[in-house]
Amino acid sequence: MKFIQIKNCYKVYKNGVTAIADLTLDINKGEFVFVIGSSGSGKSTLIKMLYREEKPTKGIVEIGGINVGKLRNRTVFRLRRKLGIVFQDFKLLPKLTVYENVAFALECLGLRGKEIKPRVVEALEHVGLKEKLRCFPSELSGGEQQRVCIARAIVNDPKLLICDEPTGNLDPKTSKEIMDVLDDINKKLGTTIIMATHDKEIVNRMKKRVIVLDNGILAQDVVKGSYKASESI
Amino acid sequence: MASIICTTITLILVAIAMVVTANVNYVTKSMEEELTVVVYAKKETTEEQLKTIENKIRNMSEVEEVVFKSKEEWRAEMMSYSETLEVTLDYLENNPLLDSYIVKVREVDNLAKVAKEIRTLEGIESANYGEGMVEEIISVFDIIKMATIVIVIALVIVTAFLISNTIKLTIFSRRSEIEIMRLVGSSNISIKMPFVIEGFLLGIIGSLVPIGLCIYGYILMYEKLGGSISFSAIELIKPMPFVMYISLALLLIGSLVGMFGSSRAVRKYLKV
Repeated sequence: MKFIQIKNCYKVYKNGVTAIADLTLDINKGEFVFVIGSSGSGKSTLIKMLYREEKPTKGIVEIGGINVGKLRNRTVFRLRRKLGIVFQDFKLLPKLTVYENVAFALECLGLRGKEIKPRVVEALEHVGLKEKLRCFPSELSGGEQQRVCIARAIVNDPKLLICDEPTGNLDPKTSKEIMDVLDDINKKLGTTIIMATHDKEIVNRMKKRVIVLDNGILAQDVVKGSYKASESI
Repeated sequence: MASIICTTITLILVAIAMVVTANVNYVTKSMEEELTVVVYAKKETTEEQLKTIENKIRNMSEVEEVVFKSKEEWRAEMMSYSETLEVTLDYLENNPLLDSYIVKVREVDNLAKVAKEIRTLEGIESANYGEGMVEEIISVFDIIKMATIVIVIALVIVTAFLISNTIKLTIFSRRSEIEIMRLVGSSNISIKMPFVIEGFLLGIIGSLVPIGLCIYGYILMYEKLGGSISFSAIELIKPMPFVMYISLALLLIGSLVGMFGSSRAVRKYLKV
């Protein structure tokens, strides 16, 4: 079942740079997809278009029946509530505790305290951070902060988890832990995951679908791909 | 804090401008009310004719009030002015003065029109309202009124922009928070609301000092000056309930401008 449909999509920035050119792509429900490519290949742009931080210049980007490109500023939140987003730089609020950071996502949806608590605890259990509820982000290691970010992203039961280089700031061992968490979410919760990354090791080890972008063009789309297959580019 | 001080200072200026405007308006209005058409009837007019003239004038649509003043009344009044006049008038057997009407108009702008209309009536010697001078006074008043109103409006706009910019600075430090809220799925309205409420409160807090200054300052000034400037030529508005209206206006301007300013400042961060 097609969950994400991208059809003849173009993205040209105001300064004239073409980041995505004629991209057509389908992603099914429950898939785990890596988006790789060198810097400037357009993977960040693709990721940003998925959560409507950027609008496609031409073509269609559709997620779960929502035409993302046609969303107005005022209604973007409806899309975001159905997504979970994990960033390279975590984007946690420094003045809130781990618990509050995760609960923040649910408060934004208008849920009440009683409904929020069990869900936040459950999400933190998933990422193995149940013990650090009351810590502040500054008291956590990079890997732990990223796990808080993942917990915040999955707490609203999203159908799609978008990860923009989630392991970019982490060492290989911690990266592996994070990938285990994501793999676990993908398998147990059936969440579709799209992850942009630079990390060869991870891609090669996980044996997932790999989409290779080169200068904004879809260069390769391999079902059980690895970085090696794309080294020719 | 910076935005509170900024609001306070500009609202003080607004308060001063409003007080001045209101007083200028008050003075011009009360002076305008003094402006009348003085109508003299012809010497040979009978009492019956005098009555018809009075009724005709009273029936004109622009006329507010007609007061009849007979030549005897004039005589008595003039005789009281000075002894020379008294002697002179006493010496004359016939009263040389004329019966007259003092006509008040609803709109000062209609003075000339009313005077002209009265002149066409039968048995009228003259109808004067201080031609030339009255027009000049009225045009000067109009200019002053317009100028003060423009100043108030300009100050309010300046306040709005100043507040908006100071709030922008404070919001700048919270932009990551706004960004995260957006990414997590807050609606724009729910992000905006706290800032708008903050702006509202800022505006109210910022208007407190100007309100206090206005109330005590104006009452004090009124008492010190004894209610008028330059030997009671210019009368001031009584402090109560005038200062209350001004305070209410300041509170409204402060809170509305605060709300508008902060909503304008957040808007920038709510775009893609």
